[in-house]
Amino acid sequence: MTALIDLKNVNKYYGDYHALRDVSLEIAQGEFFSLLGPSGCGKTTLLRTIAGFEDPSDGTLHIAGADMNGVPANARPTNMVFQSYAIFPHLTVAENVGFGLRKSPSSKTDKMKSVEEALEMVGLKGFGGRAAHALSGGQRQRVALARALILKPKVLLLDEPLSALDKKLREQMQSELRRLQRQVGITFILVTHDQEEALIMSDRVAVMFEGEIAQLADPQTLYKRPLSRKVGDFIGVMNFLPAAVRNATAIELDVAGLGPVTIAPDQAPSTAKTGPAEVGIRPEMMSILFEGEPDRETIAEGIIKDRAYYGDMTYYDVHLKNVDQPITISMKNIIGRPVLDIGDTARVSWDARSLVLFSD
Amino acid sequence: MKSLRTYAILYLIFLYAPIALLPIFAFNDATIIAFPLSGFTTQWFTELPQIPALIDSVKNSLYIAVITAILSTLLGICAARAAAKYTFRFKRPIMGFIMVPLVLPEIIVAVSLLVILLQLGLSLGAGTVIMGHVLICTPFCIAILNSAFQNLDPAMEEAAIDLGETPWSTFRLVTLPLVSPAIISALLISFTISLDEFIIAFFLTGTEPTLPVYLWSQLRFPARIPVVMALGTILVAGSILLLILAEMMRRRGLRRAGLQDKGGFL
Amino acid sequence: MLSRLAGMDAPLAILNTENKKGLALISAPLGYVIAMLAVPLAAILLISFWTQDFQTFDTTPTLNNYREAVTDPLYRELLFRSIRIAGLVTLVTVLLAFPIAYFISFHVAPSRKSLWLFLITIPFWTSYLIRVFLWKVILGFNGVLNSGLQTVGIIDEPLTFILYNANAVVITLAHAFAPFAILPIFVALEKIDRSLLEASQDLGESKLSTFFRVTLPLAMPGVVAAVLIVFIPTIGDYVTPRLVGGPDGLMIANMIQVQFLRLNNAPMGATLAVIAMVSVSLIALLFVALNRRYLRGPR
Ligand SMILES: Nc1ncnc2c1ncn2[C@@H]1O[C@H](COP(=O)(O)OP(=O)(O)O)[C@@H](O)[C@H]1O
Ligand SMILES: [Mg+2]
Repeated sequence: MTALIDLKNVNKYYGDYHALRDVSLEIAQGEFFSLLGPSGCGKTTLLRTIAGFEDPSDGTLHIAGADMNGVPANARPTNMVFQSYAIFPHLTVAENVGFGLRKSPSSKTDKMKSVEEALEMVGLKGFGGRAAHALSGGQRQRVALARALILKPKVLLLDEPLSALDKKLREQMQSELRRLQRQVGITFILVTHDQEEALIMSDRVAVMFEGEIAQLADPQTLYKRPLSRKVGDFIGVMNFLPAAVRNATAIELDVAGLGPVTIAPDQAPSTAKTGPAEVGIRPEMMSILFEGEPDRETIAEGIIKDRAYYGDMTYYDVHLKNVDQPITISMKNIIGRPVLDIGDTARVSWDARSLVLFSD
Repeated sequence: MKSLRTYAILYLIFLYAPIALLPIFAFNDATIIAFPLSGFTTQWFTELPQIPALIDSVKNSLYIAVITAILSTLLGICAARAAAKYTFRFKRPIMGFIMVPLVLPEIIVAVSLLVILLQLGLSLGAGTVIMGHVLICTPFCIAILNSAFQNLDPAMEEAAIDLGETPWSTFRLVTLPLVSPAIISALLISFTISLDEFIIAFFLTGTEPTLPVYLWSQLRFPARIPVVMALGTILVAGSILLLILAEMMRRRGLRRAGLQDKGGFL
Repeated sequence: MLSRLAGMDAPLAILNTENKKGLALISAPLGYVIAMLAVPLAAILLISFWTQDFQTFDTTPTLNNYREAVTDPLYRELLFRSIRIAGLVTLVTVLLAFPIAYFISFHVAPSRKSLWLFLITIPFWTSYLIRVFLWKVILGFNGVLNSGLQTVGIIDEPLTFILYNANAVVITLAHAFAPFAILPIFVALEKIDRSLLEASQDLGESKLSTFFRVTLPLAMPGVVAAVLIVFIPTIGDYVTPRLVGGPDGLMIANMIQVQFLRLNNAPMGATLAVIAMVSVSLIALLFVALNRRYLRGPR
């Protein structure tokens, strides 16, 4: 199967500034794909390169097998939902949604019908006659979606479409977008700086830093097996502990505060070699053993330095023996479990399968 | 606070005193402009259409003002578009240079144009006045159009392109409708400026006076003063009407673009 | 390696297309200003070194015009008077304008601000000639002010110090340039973050000292702009001195006009124009330099 979108070694320069560094990417038909990264890392630039608003300085882009070099934005099988939504304020909702149909050969009634359908699909049935400048943020977003989807593009590009919405509306739109994507079966490429959003919505996520793709994987792999400390740090919370690799083939380590441990090949980079390194572990993959709970084999001793009570959860900062930085451990506040105090000693157990070795 | 408001109102009175007197004396039945008023008459207004030189100068002025408005708005659109959309070398100095006629004393503009036109052997007339008026009106047009073009979200044009339009049809379907209120107000403002402008016209008009030049020639004759007052009343009323129209356009433009009103022209 | 090379070329390529489109668009207005302003100004400068020889020019370069302009007491007096009057007009206009700008910015409800600005700009857009003439009518010996005051009985004799002198010029020009002074100051005041004023009072300053220590310094860029935008055109004003100035109120523009249109001595007129422009520019630059510390900072 050939990929619907195929970028090879794409670079982009703005003057001296290297905005995209050798980006290669294949996206399949029907995928919900996310570009995730901190602000300024080049997500929008990459999206606009696919849309045809930026020309790559070098590298190639194919969409559905066709080379996009020299194909202007208005001739590409892509449509875009802009970050500002770019709803034409001088037109009605229906005129906005039907904007791209101007040159289509179908009859006026057919066009009106497809506008109606598009509006219904995004939950704006009956809004066609409204003036666009009187819409709320969430409604604008839906109009932008309908306007782009009505042309049945091969790829829908979305540039931080939810970042302007408040939390509640954003969460609602996340699931709606996902549902919509499954319904229409069109490839979605979503740009976001919100790691949670990327994990929730996507089939696959490309994490970008400074113009480069740092890791491309499905959400679970991304979360459980980050390839670098940077990715692990950017997605969720991760504790980092100094470690020494004793044996690079069997992957035996000494981890500060946790002691000797052997990990599986999928927990370590293939480039791992003996010497100093670092391991990462998520807060929920460690736990504090309360009185009466049976001992585990992986146990470390520590003192609680700080705690943050979240209601359903409590986050503890625990100082392990022989470790400078405190580590964070999250505990669910289940029935009968006390909330510990600062200064209490804690027995910490952890899951060796959840350790990730970084060699960078 | 209270005293500040009083001061503001006194200041407005100071600003409006002269033009408020215009209609008072335009309808006053006396040839000298002084209190007490002597009676009501419309005589000065009915005399106006019977002065052929006046009619000619009005026609001449209207012709000059219309052409000036169109040319300076076109130049203003080019400049405002370039400033809003592109980065190019020496952008700031170039934009600053184009705005210079706004602050230059008009007499300097007038004499320097006069010198060069005479040297080139061009005969003075409506055409030469238009040249000067376009020069001083363009910066005003740029100032008005600039904010409209700058307020235009670049994503609007990109969205149209993304939906299959060409750059030209995008300009026609999206850009123009969104900036058209500013274009209309630029047309109206430059029309008004040209219609009122005196010094440049005085130097460059040759044998066909514009309305202000004709007025100037009449100011020497005390007997003509009441007629001048009547004419002034019409002119001022016309200017105010055009201005209100221009302001309504500007506000409509802001509303269309869904923007907050941040003040008037300039 | 390849991408490195591309990186060296790309910036130029991008700049070039942007450059070309922008320059192509700007070339029309720019070309117009060059042809209609820069070239004529250069011509004026050139001619100022020539001599009038009846109907033609003697094009041998000479400094005679400048020598005459500097030594002849009439020209000197006119130039200094123009600067003096323009300075006075600027001072009066800006002082009168500041409280208005302050009032609109700080004490008018946001929804009413543009109405106030509109009210202030309206008179400016009505015929300048007529407005100046109306001041002559108002201030004249038998004028509206005198006849009005006499009718009411406040004065017995007409006031004479208000027409055909520099006072009348100052009043008239202060009226004409009011919006030019108000608008830039208003814009500067609008930009001031209101929480700065609260911060100042929170730190123990009174309302008055807050005005002098916070508001005024932050409004200075607007005041400087207002000063320049009033001073530069007034120095070259022709209509006002001619109509209300009397012999003692005439200014340099009137002499330039006389040289060009009456005495048919374009080189002398050009010389006076150049001198006027240079003086204005020098004074403006000096003024900006003196206020530099207010003008830098975040934009
Ligand atoms: N037109 C441009 N000219 C110069 N630099 C740009 C331009 N567009 C983006 N950049 C720079 O490229 C980098 C990436 O921008 P962008 O793709 O918008 O980031 P993101 O969308 O990830 O926040 C930023 O540092 C930005 O300043
Ligand atoms: Mg972005």
